Amino acid sequence: MNAVAWTRLAVIAAFVALVEALCRFGIIKPITLIAPSAMVASLVHLLGQADVRADLLFTLVNVVVTVAISIAGGFAIGVLLHRFTRARRVVSPLLAASYAVPMFVFYPLMIVLFGLGRWSLIAIGVMLGIIGMIVNTIDGLDRIPRVYTKMAAMQRMSPLATTFLVVLPAATPHLVTGVKLAVTYSITGVIAGEFILSVAGLGRHIALAYNDLDNTAMYGLLLLLLLVTTLVNVSIHAWEQRMHRVWGRA
Amino acid sequence: MLTMNRNEALTATGVGHEFRDRNGRTVRALDGIDFSLTRGDFFSVIGPSGCGKSTLLEIIAGLVAPTEGRVTFEDRPVNGTVPDGIGVVFQEDASFPWLTVWENVAFGLRRARVDAGEIERRVAYALRFMGLTEFAKAHPAQLSGGMRQRVCIARTLVQQPRLILLDEPFAALDQQTRLVMGDELLRLWRESGATVILITHSLDEAAMLSDRIGVMSGRPGRFIETLVTGHPRDRDSRILGDARCAELTAAMWSHLRDESLRAVEPASR
Repeated sequence: MNAVAWTRLAVIAAFVALVEALCRFGIIKPITLIAPSAMVASLVHLLGQADVRADLLFTLVNVVVTVAISIAGGFAIGVLLHRFTRARRVVSPLLAASYAVPMFVFYPLMIVLFGLGRWSLIAIGVMLGIIGMIVNTIDGLDRIPRVYTKMAAMQRMSPLATTFLVVLPAATPHLVTGVKLAVTYSITGVIAGEFILSVAGLGRHIALAYNDLDNTAMYGLLLLLLLVTTLVNVSIHAWEQRMHRVWGRA
Repeated sequence: MLTMNRNEALTATGVGHEFRDRNGRTVRALDGIDFSLTRGDFFSVIGPSGCGKSTLLEIIAGLVAPTEGRVTFEDRPVNGTVPDGIGVVFQEDASFPWLTVWENVAFGLRRARVDAGEIERRVAYALRFMGLTEFAKAHPAQLSGGMRQRVCIARTLVQQPRLILLDEPFAALDQQTRLVMGDELLRLWRESGATVILITHSLDEAAMLSDRIGVMSGRPGRFIETLVTGHPRDRDSRILGDARCAELTAAMWSHLRDESLRAVEPASR
Protein backbone atom coordinates (compact mmCIF):
# COMPACT_ATOMS: atom_id res chain seq x y z
CA MET A 1 0.00 0.00 0.00
CA ASN A 2 1.19 3.51 -0.77
CA ALA A 3 1.13 6.58 1.51
CA VAL A 4 -2.25 7.73 0.15
CA ALA A 5 -3.86 4.37 0.93
CA TRP A 6 -2.39 4.37 4.45
CA THR A 7 -3.67 7.91 5.00
CA ARG A 8 -7.12 6.91 3.75
CA LEU A 9 -7.13 3.94 6.13
CA ALA A 10 -6.02 6.17 9.00
CA VAL A 11 -8.86 8.65 8.28
CA ILE A 12 -11.43 5.84 8.31
CA ALA A 13 -9.98 4.37 11.52
CA ALA A 14 -10.01 7.80 13.18
CA PHE A 15 -13.63 8.35 12.12
CA VAL A 16 -14.70 4.94 13.50
CA ALA A 17 -12.81 5.63 16.76
CA LEU A 18 -14.54 9.02 17.04
CA VAL A 19 -18.00 7.50 16.49
CA GLU A 20 -17.17 4.75 19.01
CA ALA A 21 -16.19 7.36 21.62
CA LEU A 22 -19.24 9.54 20.93
CA CYS A 23 -21.54 6.52 21.34
CA ARG A 24 -19.76 5.12 24.39
CA PHE A 25 -19.85 8.48 26.20
CA GLY A 26 -23.56 8.89 25.43
CA ILE A 27 -23.13 11.94 23.23
CA ILE A 28 -24.86 9.97 20.45
CA LYS A 29 -27.88 8.12 21.84
CA PRO A 30 -28.36 4.38 21.02
CA ILE A 31 -31.78 5.25 19.51
CA THR A 32 -29.84 7.20 16.83
CA LEU A 33 -26.70 5.14 16.35
CA ILE A 34 -25.03 2.25 18.13
CA ALA A 35 -21.26 2.01 18.66
CA PRO A 36 -19.26 0.39 15.82
CA SER A 37 -18.06 -2.34 18.21
CA ALA A 38 -21.72 -3.11 19.02
CA MET A 39 -22.45 -3.29 15.29
CA VAL A 40 -19.70 -5.91 14.88
CA ALA A 41 -21.04 -7.91 17.84
CA SER A 42 -24.56 -7.69 16.38
CA LEU A 43 -23.29 -8.82 12.98
CA VAL A 44 -21.58 -11.87 14.46
CA HIS A 45 -24.74 -12.71 16.40
CA LEU A 46 -26.98 -12.26 13.34
CA LEU A 47 -24.80 -14.45 11.13
CA GLY A 48 -25.47 -17.26 13.58
CA GLN A 49 -29.22 -17.06 12.83
CA ALA A 50 -30.61 -19.29 10.08
CA ASP A 51 -33.23 -16.75 8.89
CA VAL A 52 -30.54 -14.06 8.41
CA ARG A 53 -28.34 -16.48 6.49
CA ALA A 54 -31.33 -17.40 4.30
CA ASP A 55 -32.04 -13.71 3.63
CA LEU A 56 -28.38 -13.11 2.84
CA LEU A 57 -28.40 -16.00 0.36
CA PHE A 58 -31.66 -14.74 -1.20
CA THR A 59 -30.12 -11.29 -1.71
CA LEU A 60 -26.80 -12.61 -3.02
CA VAL A 61 -28.55 -14.81 -5.60
CA ASN A 62 -30.70 -11.84 -6.68
CA VAL A 63 -27.64 -9.63 -7.01
CA VAL A 64 -25.63 -12.22 -8.95
CA VAL A 65 -28.50 -12.85 -11.40
CA THR A 66 -29.15 -9.10 -11.75
CA VAL A 67 -25.48 -8.32 -12.37
CA ALA A 68 -25.18 -11.16 -14.90
CA ILE A 69 -28.25 -9.99 -16.86
CA SER A 70 -27.18 -6.34 -16.68
CA ILE A 71 -23.68 -7.05 -17.94
CA ALA A 72 -24.55 -9.62 -20.62
CA GLY A 73 -27.70 -7.78 -21.75
CA GLY A 74 -26.06 -4.35 -21.63
CA PHE A 75 -23.11 -5.62 -23.64
CA ALA A 76 -25.31 -7.29 -26.27
CA ILE A 77 -27.57 -4.24 -26.63
CA GLY A 78 -24.51 -1.95 -26.75
CA VAL A 79 -22.94 -4.03 -29.53
CA LEU A 80 -26.20 -4.02 -31.53
CA LEU A 81 -26.71 -0.27 -31.10
CA HIS A 82 -23.10 0.33 -32.13
CA ARG A 83 -23.62 -1.83 -35.22
CA PHE A 84 -26.96 -0.31 -36.28
CA THR A 85 -26.42 3.44 -36.44
CA ARG A 86 -30.05 4.35 -37.11
CA ALA A 87 -31.28 2.43 -34.06
CA ARG A 88 -28.56 4.08 -32.03
CA ARG A 89 -29.68 7.54 -33.12
CA VAL A 90 -33.19 6.68 -31.97
CA VAL A 91 -32.21 5.13 -28.64
CA SER A 92 -29.27 7.33 -27.54
CA PRO A 93 -31.38 10.29 -26.29
CA LEU A 94 -33.61 7.85 -24.38
CA LEU A 95 -30.56 6.30 -22.71
CA ALA A 96 -29.26 9.74 -21.75
CA ALA A 97 -32.68 10.75 -20.40
CA SER A 98 -33.06 7.52 -18.42
CA TYR A 99 -30.51 8.75 -15.87
CA ALA A 100 -33.03 11.40 -14.83
CA VAL A 101 -35.88 8.89 -14.37
CA PRO A 102 -36.38 7.61 -10.79
CA MET A 103 -36.62 3.95 -11.80
CA PHE A 104 -38.13 2.90 -8.46
CA VAL A 105 -41.47 4.38 -9.53
CA PHE A 106 -41.69 1.35 -11.83
CA TYR A 107 -41.26 -1.09 -8.94
CA PRO A 108 -45.02 -1.46 -8.34
CA LEU A 109 -45.39 -2.21 -12.04
CA MET A 110 -42.66 -4.87 -11.76
CA ILE A 111 -44.54 -6.45 -8.84
CA VAL A 112 -47.71 -6.54 -10.98
CA LEU A 113 -45.78 -8.09 -13.87
CA PHE A 114 -43.53 -10.53 -11.99
CA GLY A 115 -45.17 -10.95 -8.60
CA LEU A 116 -43.88 -10.26 -5.11
CA GLY A 117 -40.75 -12.38 -5.37
CA ARG A 118 -37.29 -12.61 -6.76
CA TRP A 119 -38.03 -11.60 -10.36
CA SER A 120 -39.56 -8.20 -9.65
CA LEU A 121 -36.41 -7.35 -7.63
CA ILE A 122 -34.17 -8.59 -10.42
CA ALA A 123 -36.19 -6.61 -12.96
CA ILE A 124 -35.82 -3.32 -11.10
CA GLY A 125 -32.10 -4.06 -10.51
CA VAL A 126 -31.58 -4.73 -14.22
CA MET A 127 -33.44 -1.54 -15.16
CA LEU A 128 -30.94 0.39 -13.06
CA GLY A 129 -27.82 -1.61 -13.87
CA ILE A 130 -28.11 -2.16 -17.60
CA ILE A 131 -27.96 1.48 -18.74
CA GLY A 132 -24.37 2.09 -17.66
CA MET A 133 -23.27 -1.12 -19.35
CA ILE A 134 -24.99 -0.20 -22.64
CA VAL A 135 -23.56 3.34 -22.66
CA ASN A 136 -20.03 2.21 -21.81
CA THR A 137 -20.10 -0.62 -24.36
CA ILE A 138 -21.04 1.83 -27.12
CA ASP A 139 -18.43 4.28 -25.87
CA GLY A 140 -15.75 1.57 -25.73
CA LEU A 141 -16.49 0.33 -29.25
CA ASP A 142 -16.50 3.92 -30.55
CA ARG A 143 -13.04 4.55 -29.15
CA ILE A 144 -11.26 1.56 -30.62
CA PRO A 145 -8.54 3.02 -32.86
CA ARG A 146 -9.28 2.18 -36.51
CA VAL A 147 -5.67 1.13 -36.91
CA TYR A 148 -6.36 -1.95 -34.72
CA THR A 149 -9.02 -3.25 -37.10
CA LYS A 150 -6.79 -2.45 -40.08
CA MET A 151 -4.06 -4.41 -38.33
CA ALA A 152 -6.46 -7.33 -37.89
CA ALA A 153 -7.40 -7.12 -41.58
CA MET A 154 -3.69 -7.26 -42.51
CA GLN A 155 -3.45 -10.46 -40.45
CA ARG A 156 -6.41 -11.75 -42.50
CA MET A 157 -8.39 -12.40 -39.34
CA SER A 158 -12.04 -13.48 -39.56
CA PRO A 159 -14.71 -11.12 -38.15
CA LEU A 160 -15.12 -13.47 -35.18
CA ALA A 161 -11.39 -13.58 -34.44
CA THR A 162 -11.19 -9.80 -34.86
CA THR A 163 -14.02 -9.37 -32.36
CA PHE A 164 -12.56 -11.64 -29.70
CA LEU A 165 -8.84 -10.99 -30.14
CA VAL A 166 -8.81 -7.29 -31.01
CA VAL A 167 -12.13 -5.46 -30.55
CA LEU A 168 -13.08 -6.82 -27.13
CA PRO A 169 -9.63 -6.42 -25.54
CA ALA A 170 -9.36 -2.93 -27.02
CA ALA A 171 -12.73 -1.94 -25.53
CA THR A 172 -11.98 -3.49 -22.12
CA PRO A 173 -11.24 -0.29 -20.14
CA HIS A 174 -14.69 1.05 -21.01
CA LEU A 175 -16.34 -2.31 -20.47
CA VAL A 176 -14.84 -2.46 -16.97
CA THR A 177 -16.34 0.93 -16.20
CA GLY A 178 -19.67 -0.43 -17.45
CA VAL A 179 -19.27 -3.52 -15.26
CA LYS A 180 -18.54 -1.34 -12.24
CA LEU A 181 -21.66 0.75 -12.83
CA ALA A 182 -23.76 -2.35 -13.54
CA VAL A 183 -22.66 -3.99 -10.29
CA THR A 184 -23.18 -0.86 -8.18
CA TYR A 185 -26.61 -0.03 -9.57
CA SER A 186 -27.74 -3.67 -9.56
CA ILE A 187 -26.92 -4.01 -5.86
CA THR A 188 -28.68 -0.71 -5.13
CA GLY A 189 -31.76 -1.79 -7.11
CA VAL A 190 -32.08 -5.18 -5.46
CA ILE A 191 -31.51 -4.00 -1.88
CA ALA A 192 -33.75 -0.95 -2.24
CA GLY A 193 -36.47 -3.10 -3.83
CA GLU A 194 -36.26 -5.53 -0.91
CA PHE A 195 -36.41 -2.59 1.47
CA ILE A 196 -39.59 -1.20 -0.14
CA LEU A 197 -41.53 -4.44 -0.50
CA SER A 198 -40.35 -8.03 -0.59
CA VAL A 199 -40.99 -11.46 0.88
CA ALA A 200 -37.31 -12.01 1.79
CA GLY A 201 -33.82 -10.59 1.57
CA LEU A 202 -31.41 -8.44 3.55
CA GLY A 203 -33.22 -5.26 2.54
CA ARG A 204 -36.48 -6.63 3.94
CA HIS A 205 -34.73 -7.73 7.14
CA ILE A 206 -33.31 -4.21 7.58
CA ALA A 207 -36.75 -2.67 6.93
CA LEU A 208 -38.34 -4.94 9.55
CA ALA A 209 -35.65 -4.06 12.13
CA TYR A 210 -36.18 -0.38 11.32
CA ASN A 211 -39.95 -0.68 11.82
CA ASP A 212 -39.40 -2.51 15.14
CA LEU A 213 -36.92 0.19 16.30
CA ASP A 214 -34.40 -2.68 16.66
CA ASN A 215 -31.29 -0.55 16.06
CA THR A 216 -28.90 -3.31 17.10
CA ALA A 217 -30.13 -5.68 14.39
CA MET A 218 -30.55 -2.88 11.83
CA TYR A 219 -27.01 -1.56 12.23
CA GLY A 220 -25.56 -5.07 12.32
CA LEU A 221 -27.23 -5.80 8.97
CA LEU A 222 -26.20 -2.43 7.55
CA LEU A 223 -22.61 -3.23 8.51
CA LEU A 224 -22.89 -6.58 6.72
CA LEU A 225 -24.24 -4.84 3.63
CA LEU A 226 -21.49 -2.22 3.79
CA LEU A 227 -18.78 -4.88 4.08
CA VAL A 228 -20.11 -6.94 1.15
CA THR A 229 -20.55 -3.93 -1.20
CA THR A 230 -17.16 -2.49 -0.20
CA LEU A 231 -15.46 -5.82 -0.87
CA VAL A 232 -17.09 -6.07 -4.32
CA ASN A 233 -16.25 -2.47 -5.23
CA VAL A 234 -12.68 -2.66 -3.97
CA SER A 235 -12.14 -5.85 -6.03
CA ILE A 236 -13.47 -4.21 -9.21
CA HIS A 237 -11.50 -1.05 -8.50
CA ALA A 238 -8.28 -3.06 -8.04
CA TRP A 239 -8.93 -4.86 -11.35
CA GLU A 240 -9.60 -1.52 -13.09
CA GLN A 241 -6.48 0.10 -11.60
CA ARG A 242 -4.28 -2.81 -12.59
CA MET A 243 -5.57 -2.64 -16.16
CA HIS A 244 -5.10 1.11 -16.36
CA ARG A 245 -1.52 0.66 -15.15
CA VAL A 246 -0.85 -1.88 -17.90
CA TRP A 247 -2.48 0.37 -20.50
CA GLY A 248 -0.64 3.44 -19.24
CA ARG A 249 -3.85 5.27 -18.42
CA ALA A 250 -3.32 5.59 -14.66
CA MET B 1 -1.90 -7.52 -71.58
CA LEU B 2 1.04 -6.89 -69.30
CA THR B 3 3.93 -9.28 -69.43
CA MET B 4 5.24 -10.14 -65.97
CA ASN B 5 8.90 -9.57 -65.40
CA ARG B 6 10.28 -12.26 -63.05
CA ASN B 7 11.79 -9.52 -60.90
CA GLU B 8 8.66 -7.41 -60.85
CA ALA B 9 7.18 -7.25 -57.33
CA LEU B 10 4.31 -4.85 -57.73
CA THR B 11 2.47 -3.25 -60.62
CA ALA B 12 -0.24 -0.60 -60.51
CA THR B 13 -2.03 0.07 -63.77
CA GLY B 14 -4.49 2.93 -64.22
CA VAL B 15 -5.44 2.89 -60.56
CA GLY B 16 -8.14 5.40 -59.66
CA HIS B 17 -10.34 5.66 -56.62
CA GLU B 18 -13.53 7.51 -55.74
CA PHE B 19 -15.47 7.58 -52.50
CA ARG B 20 -18.47 9.38 -51.06
CA ASP B 21 -17.81 11.93 -48.35
CA ARG B 22 -20.08 12.57 -45.33
CA ASN B 23 -22.28 14.87 -47.40
CA GLY B 24 -22.78 12.20 -50.03
CA ARG B 25 -20.59 13.97 -52.60
CA THR B 26 -18.32 11.87 -54.78
CA VAL B 27 -14.66 12.61 -54.12
CA ARG B 28 -12.01 11.51 -56.59
CA ALA B 29 -8.99 10.58 -54.47
CA LEU B 30 -6.68 8.98 -57.03
CA ASP B 31 -6.44 9.19 -60.79
CA GLY B 32 -4.44 7.18 -63.30
CA ILE B 33 -1.76 5.80 -61.00
CA ASP B 34 0.78 3.74 -62.98
CA PHE B 35 4.00 2.36 -61.59
CA SER B 36 5.88 -0.86 -61.10
CA LEU B 37 8.52 -1.95 -58.63
CA THR B 38 11.18 -4.59 -58.97
CA ARG B 39 12.05 -6.83 -56.02
CA GLY B 40 14.18 -5.06 -53.44
CA ASP B 41 13.21 -1.55 -54.56
CA PHE B 42 12.85 1.19 -51.97
CA PHE B 43 10.17 3.49 -53.32
CA SER B 44 8.92 6.57 -51.48
CA VAL B 45 5.70 8.41 -52.23
CA ILE B 46 5.50 12.06 -51.37
CA GLY B 47 2.72 14.57 -51.95
CA PRO B 48 0.62 17.32 -50.40
CA SER B 49 -1.80 16.57 -47.55
CA GLY B 50 -4.97 14.82 -48.69
CA CYS B 51 -3.56 13.80 -52.09
CA GLY B 52 -4.48 10.15 -51.55
CA LYS B 53 -1.12 8.71 -50.48
CA SER B 54 -2.62 6.63 -47.68
CA THR B 55 -5.51 5.55 -49.92
CA LEU B 56 -2.97 4.31 -52.46
CA LEU B 57 -1.20 2.35 -49.74
CA GLU B 58 -4.46 0.80 -48.55
CA ILE B 59 -5.27 -0.22 -52.13
CA ILE B 60 -1.85 -1.85 -52.50
CA ALA B 61 -2.31 -3.61 -49.13
CA GLY B 62 -5.69 -4.95 -50.23
CA LEU B 63 -7.56 -3.11 -47.49
CA VAL B 64 -9.49 -1.06 -50.08
CA ALA B 65 -10.53 -2.08 -53.60
CA PRO B 66 -9.75 0.52 -56.29
CA THR B 67 -12.71 1.79 -58.27
CA GLU B 68 -10.56 1.79 -61.43
CA GLY B 69 -7.48 -0.02 -62.64
CA ARG B 70 -5.66 -2.93 -61.09
CA VAL B 71 -2.82 -3.76 -58.77
CA THR B 72 -0.86 -6.98 -58.97
CA PHE B 73 1.56 -8.30 -56.37
CA GLU B 74 3.88 -11.02 -57.63
CA ASP B 75 1.60 -11.45 -60.64
CA ARG B 76 -1.51 -12.00 -58.50
CA PRO B 77 -4.26 -9.38 -58.52
CA VAL B 78 -4.87 -7.39 -55.33
CA ASN B 79 -8.46 -6.31 -55.32
CA GLY B 80 -9.63 -5.55 -51.81
CA THR B 81 -8.24 -8.76 -50.34
CA VAL B 82 -5.02 -8.79 -48.34
CA PRO B 83 -2.50 -11.02 -50.13
CA ASP B 84 0.08 -13.19 -48.41
CA GLY B 85 3.52 -11.60 -48.18
CA ILE B 86 2.55 -7.97 -47.54
CA GLY B 87 3.21 -6.25 -44.22
CA VAL B 88 2.12 -2.77 -43.20
CA VAL B 89 3.42 -0.35 -40.58
CA PHE B 90 0.87 2.36 -39.94
CA GLN B 91 1.38 5.96 -38.92
CA GLU B 92 -0.63 5.50 -35.73
CA ASP B 93 0.64 3.41 -32.84
CA ALA B 94 -0.84 0.00 -33.67
CA SER B 95 0.77 -1.90 -30.80
CA PHE B 96 -1.86 -3.62 -28.68
CA PRO B 97 -1.65 -2.17 -25.14
CA TRP B 98 -3.07 -5.30 -23.50
CA LEU B 99 -0.21 -7.48 -24.80
CA THR B 100 3.47 -7.47 -23.87
CA VAL B 101 6.08 -6.55 -26.46
CA TRP B 102 6.80 -10.25 -27.04
CA GLU B 103 3.11 -11.07 -27.46
CA ASN B 104 2.62 -8.12 -29.81
CA VAL B 105 5.46 -9.27 -32.05
CA ALA B 106 4.28 -12.89 -31.98
CA PHE B 107 0.62 -11.96 -32.60
CA GLY B 108 0.55 -12.58 -36.36
CA LEU B 109 2.60 -15.76 -36.17
CA ARG B 110 0.31 -17.22 -33.52
CA ARG B 111 -2.68 -16.35 -35.70
CA ALA B 112 -1.01 -18.14 -38.60
CA ARG B 113 -0.48 -21.19 -36.32
CA VAL B 114 3.28 -21.18 -36.87
CA ASP B 115 5.14 -23.81 -34.86
CA ALA B 116 5.95 -22.63 -31.30
CA GLY B 117 9.70 -23.15 -31.70
CA GLU B 118 9.72 -21.19 -34.93
CA ILE B 119 7.76 -18.37 -33.25
CA GLU B 120 10.34 -18.24 -30.45
CA ARG B 121 13.19 -18.09 -32.95
CA ARG B 122 11.64 -15.45 -35.20
CA VAL B 123 10.42 -13.22 -32.37
CA ALA B 124 13.81 -13.40 -30.64
CA TYR B 125 15.50 -12.37 -33.90
CA ALA B 126 13.05 -9.52 -34.55
CA LEU B 127 13.39 -8.21 -30.98
CA ARG B 128 17.17 -8.39 -31.20
CA PHE B 129 17.14 -6.69 -34.61
CA MET B 130 15.01 -3.82 -33.32
CA GLY B 131 16.89 -3.54 -30.00
CA LEU B 132 13.89 -4.60 -27.95
CA THR B 133 15.14 -7.82 -26.35
CA GLU B 134 15.31 -6.41 -22.83
CA PHE B 135 11.78 -5.00 -23.18
CA ALA B 136 10.17 -8.29 -24.25
CA LYS B 137 8.06 -8.51 -21.09
CA ALA B 138 7.14 -4.83 -20.98
CA HIS B 139 3.79 -3.48 -22.10
CA PRO B 140 3.72 -0.77 -24.82
CA ALA B 141 2.65 1.85 -22.26
CA GLN B 142 6.06 1.47 -20.62
CA LEU B 143 7.87 2.37 -23.86
CA SER B 144 8.53 5.64 -25.67
CA GLY B 145 6.74 6.48 -28.94
CA GLY B 146 9.81 5.49 -30.96
CA MET B 147 10.10 2.13 -29.22
CA ARG B 148 6.40 1.42 -29.71
CA GLN B 149 6.85 2.07 -33.42
CA ARG B 150 9.79 -0.37 -33.34
CA VAL B 151 7.42 -2.96 -31.84
CA CYS B 152 5.10 -2.41 -34.81
CA ILE B 153 7.99 -2.75 -37.26
CA ALA B 154 9.15 -5.92 -35.46
CA ARG B 155 5.61 -7.33 -35.70
CA THR B 156 5.73 -6.77 -39.46
CA LEU B 157 9.32 -7.97 -39.84
CA VAL B 158 8.67 -11.22 -37.97
CA GLN B 159 6.23 -12.33 -40.67
CA GLN B 160 8.96 -12.01 -43.27
CA PRO B 161 6.93 -9.97 -45.77
CA ARG B 162 8.22 -9.61 -49.31
CA LEU B 163 6.57 -6.19 -49.62
CA ILE B 164 6.66 -3.78 -46.69
CA LEU B 165 4.29 -0.82 -46.77
CA LEU B 166 5.04 2.05 -44.42
CA ASP B 167 2.41 4.75 -43.96
CA GLU B 168 4.28 7.71 -42.44
CA PRO B 169 5.59 5.42 -39.69
CA PHE B 170 7.83 8.07 -38.12
CA ALA B 171 5.43 11.01 -38.36
CA ALA B 172 4.86 11.22 -34.61
CA LEU B 173 8.56 11.07 -33.71
CA ASP B 174 11.08 13.85 -33.16
CA GLN B 175 13.68 14.57 -35.87
CA GLN B 176 16.58 12.75 -34.19
CA THR B 177 14.54 9.63 -33.52
CA ARG B 178 13.28 9.74 -37.11
CA LEU B 179 16.85 9.66 -38.40
CA VAL B 180 17.75 6.75 -36.11
CA MET B 181 14.61 4.89 -37.18
CA GLY B 182 15.46 5.65 -40.80
CA ASP B 183 18.84 3.97 -40.33
CA GLU B 184 17.15 0.94 -38.79
CA LEU B 185 14.70 0.83 -41.67
CA LEU B 186 17.53 0.86 -44.21
CA ARG B 187 19.24 -1.96 -42.30
CA LEU B 188 16.01 -3.96 -42.25
CA TRP B 189 15.51 -3.35 -45.99
CA ARG B 190 19.05 -4.48 -46.85
CA GLU B 191 18.98 -7.58 -44.66
CA SER B 192 15.46 -8.73 -45.56
CA GLY B 193 15.71 -8.04 -49.27
CA ALA B 194 12.09 -6.94 -49.19
CA THR B 195 10.54 -4.36 -51.47
CA VAL B 196 9.59 -1.23 -49.51
CA ILE B 197 7.01 1.48 -50.22
CA LEU B 198 7.26 4.42 -47.85
CA ILE B 199 4.52 7.03 -47.67
CA THR B 200 5.96 10.19 -46.16
CA HIS B 201 5.47 13.94 -46.02
CA SER B 202 9.13 14.50 -45.11
CA LEU B 203 11.28 15.54 -48.08
CA ASP B 204 14.49 14.70 -46.16
CA GLU B 205 13.23 11.24 -45.30
CA ALA B 206 12.32 10.50 -48.91
CA ALA B 207 15.66 11.87 -50.19
CA MET B 208 17.70 9.86 -47.70
CA LEU B 209 15.93 6.50 -47.75
CA SER B 210 14.74 5.89 -51.29
CA ASP B 211 15.96 4.43 -54.55
CA ARG B 212 13.09 6.18 -56.32
CA ILE B 213 10.66 8.87 -55.22
CA GLY B 214 7.18 9.27 -56.67
CA VAL B 215 5.94 12.85 -56.35
CA MET B 216 2.14 13.10 -56.28
CA SER B 217 -0.12 15.97 -57.26
CA GLY B 218 -2.88 17.35 -55.09
CA ARG B 219 -6.28 15.59 -55.16
CA PRO B 220 -7.00 13.66 -57.27
CA GLY B 221 -3.54 12.24 -56.63
CA ARG B 222 -1.44 11.12 -59.59
CA PHE B 223 2.30 10.86 -60.08
CA ILE B 224 3.66 14.08 -61.60
CA GLU B 225 7.33 13.08 -61.38
CA THR B 226 9.47 10.11 -60.44
CA LEU B 227 12.97 10.89 -59.21
CA VAL B 228 15.79 8.36 -59.19
CA THR B 229 18.12 9.04 -56.26
CA GLY B 230 21.14 7.05 -57.45
CA HIS B 231 22.14 6.31 -53.84
CA PRO B 232 24.29 3.25 -53.09
CA ARG B 233 22.40 0.37 -51.47
CA ASP B 234 24.67 0.51 -48.43
CA ARG B 235 23.71 3.91 -47.01
CA ASP B 236 22.59 5.53 -43.78
CA SER B 237 21.38 8.87 -42.46
CA ARG B 238 24.80 10.50 -42.93
CA ILE B 239 23.93 10.67 -46.63
CA LEU B 240 21.72 13.64 -45.73
CA GLY B 241 24.87 15.81 -45.80
CA ASP B 242 25.53 14.96 -49.47
CA ALA B 243 24.84 17.49 -52.19
CA ARG B 244 22.69 14.88 -53.98
CA CYS B 245 20.18 14.87 -51.11
CA ALA B 246 19.92 18.66 -51.25
CA GLU B 247 19.35 18.44 -55.04
CA LEU B 248 16.63 15.84 -54.57
CA THR B 249 14.92 17.86 -51.84
CA ALA B 250 14.97 20.96 -54.08
CA ALA B 251 13.61 18.98 -57.02
CA MET B 252 10.78 17.53 -54.91
CA TRP B 253 9.89 20.94 -53.51
CA SER B 254 9.86 22.55 -56.95
CA HIS B 255 7.11 20.08 -57.90
CA LEU B 256 5.33 20.14 -54.59
CA ARG B 257 5.24 23.85 -53.80
CA ASP B 258 2.40 24.74 -56.16
CA GLU B 259 0.57 21.52 -55.35
CA SER B 260 0.85 22.16 -51.60
CA LEU B 261 -0.33 25.76 -51.98
CA ARG B 262 -3.27 24.54 -54.05
CA ALA B 263 -4.09 21.96 -51.35
CA VAL B 264 -4.21 24.51 -48.52
CA GLU B 265 -5.93 27.32 -50.47
CA PRO B 266 -9.57 26.31 -49.87
CA ALA B 267 -8.92 26.04 -46.13
CA SER B 268 -7.35 29.51 -45.91
CA ARG B 269 -10.24 31.24 -47.66
